[in-house]
Amino acid sequence: MGPSGTGKTTLLRMITGQLRPSAGSVRVAGQDVAQLNRNELYQLRRRMGMLFQNGALLTDLNVFENVAFPLRENTQLPDSLIRPLVLTKLNAVGLRGAASLAPSELSGGMGRRVALARALVMDPELILYDEPFSGLDPISRGVVLRLIDMTNELLGLTSIIVSHDVEEVAAIADEIHVIAGGKVTASGTPDALRESPSDLVRQFITGAPDGPVAFHYPAPDYRADLFGGFE
Amino acid sequence: MESTRTHELGTGLFVFLGFAALLFLATQTTNMEQFVDGSGYRVTARFSDVAGLKTRAQVTLAGVSIGRVESIDFDNDRLDALVTLRIDPEYNRIPDDSDASVVTAGLLGSKYIGIGPGGADTYLSDGSEIQITQSAIVLEDVIGRLVFSLSQGGQGD
Amino acid sequence: MNPFAALAGSLTHSLRKLGAVTLFLLDILRRCPAILARPKLVTQEVYKSGVLSLVIIMTSGFFVGMVIGLQGYDSLSRLRQEGILGAGVALTLLKELGPVVTALLFAGRAGTAMASEIGLMNATDQLSAMEVMAVDPVQRIVVPRFLGAVISVPLLTAIFNSIGILGAWFIGVAVMGVDNGEFWTQMQEYVEPADVWEGVWKSVAFGVTAGLVAVFEGYHSPPTAQGVGMATTRTVVTTSIAVLILDYLITAFLL
Repeated sequence: MGPSGTGKTTLLRMITGQLRPSAGSVRVAGQDVAQLNRNELYQLRRRMGMLFQNGALLTDLNVFENVAFPLRENTQLPDSLIRPLVLTKLNAVGLRGAASLAPSELSGGMGRRVALARALVMDPELILYDEPFSGLDPISRGVVLRLIDMTNELLGLTSIIVSHDVEEVAAIADEIHVIAGGKVTASGTPDALRESPSDLVRQFITGAPDGPVAFHYPAPDYRADLFGGFE
Repeated sequence: MESTRTHELGTGLFVFLGFAALLFLATQTTNMEQFVDGSGYRVTARFSDVAGLKTRAQVTLAGVSIGRVESIDFDNDRLDALVTLRIDPEYNRIPDDSDASVVTAGLLGSKYIGIGPGGADTYLSDGSEIQITQSAIVLEDVIGRLVFSLSQGGQGD
Repeated sequence: MNPFAALAGSLTHSLRKLGAVTLFLLDILRRCPAILARPKLVTQEVYKSGVLSLVIIMTSGFFVGMVIGLQGYDSLSRLRQEGILGAGVALTLLKELGPVVTALLFAGRAGTAMASEIGLMNATDQLSAMEVMAVDPVQRIVVPRFLGAVISVPLLTAIFNSIGILGAWFIGVAVMGVDNGEFWTQMQEYVEPADVWEGVWKSVAFGVTAGLVAVFEGYHSPPTAQGVGMATTRTVVTTSIAVLILDYLITAFLL
């Protein structure tokens, strides 16, 4: 977790190997992502799923084909196998009935659920969520939250959630790392973080407008700035 | 799947239309016959001057196109132009004492070869040579000669 | 600002872009064989770039043909040479106007659509999502669209030329009264097969150019609404300039 613009999404992109770290290394399943060649990276990515902030559904395919996409591209499975695989995943997110809709016909929450079904269809070991709750109404939020929790428990996979929605994440996370200013400033269980002595963590959790993350963007002295023009 | 079918139909129609258009351009705008069939037989003729004659120019007999100029070469030994004519196979009874001349279409038009039929019983065949030839009339020469004779005529009076 | 520095700056910028486009082309070409195993992806793009451009190409072709027919008739009738109207129209269309105008229209109709489609996919993380799903977006998205353009443009050019000649025939023969037989025979007399081929080669080269520019601008557009808009504009500008320069080079080379 962390305030906007501290590099959370960048961190996710380094895990998927879309960005290379300029220093340090990212290890996924024991492999240094930046050191892999193209083929090895693609092999590794088949074991990952990622849910993008706005769903990132392919606009020219319907819901069914969107979920089927990773299977069609990465496997040689026949249609007779793809169909049940896709429909069970869609059923799990409650959208089996929407299989023939176009992405543009879905609400934000539905789109996110389809994207979740797509991220799960290859049965990944690791799943990454980029801001899964942002821009959703409370009901959709609750649905997505429950789905993330459920898939994590039932499928026994590793989930990494990037978010700034304190309550939602605290409800399901085993461990929270707070990133600010490009650094991990605090780590621990949700309860431990609530008791954190760090001003920044407290500001973030309580949502105080001013604190270590200042309300004002750095600026010259207010009085001097206001009347400076007349001198 | 309905949309897939219209896509396929549309694409098929488009590709068909495209190739039909190409075929139209290739056959209707240009004369492909000598490329479609390179058949026929070849005869040669020697000219002292073929100025303006181009390969693929028409070969006509009695005004009817019977073939094309296939190549124009310069003979180093005899210092004249060796022209190879390809005559369409159906015109196989042209007397071998026929003559060939470089003719101009109109006053300034393109040059072509005109064949004047002879009277022999033997016919031109592949590899034969037309013996009687008339070279291109070069307009500048004609005008020059005309001016010369006119001025001489003027002095004579 | 120092004008020389500005000039040098824009020069290096252009060179860098040329290099980037060339590398992108190599990238695309390397991935072409893999996509041939899935021809359906390509036919779909032929539909989107070719079939959907048909109406504009046919309408423009007919009117361009009629204009050349009219202008040609006007000029030639002053020389009492109306008979060679067909030849003049065919040569103009086949060698120059057909390939160039088709490429420009294609850039405006299909190139912009391609650039904005890919740009939008980029802006909405769709390309990124593909990468994470272990799908190469260049191969899956860019290559089929590029090939679609390479196939469509020559076919569209042939259609444009044919319709254009019919348009000129309509004006010259049906309206102005040029002899029908003379129109066609003079055309066949003067147009060489090499002229037809010149047009075909040009249209293939322009198809590669128009397709490459569109996918390049789309793929490399900034992932914002403004970026996508700029990508479509740049597609038209870059394609037009590139096509006209290339047209001169090919003409000079072939003549």
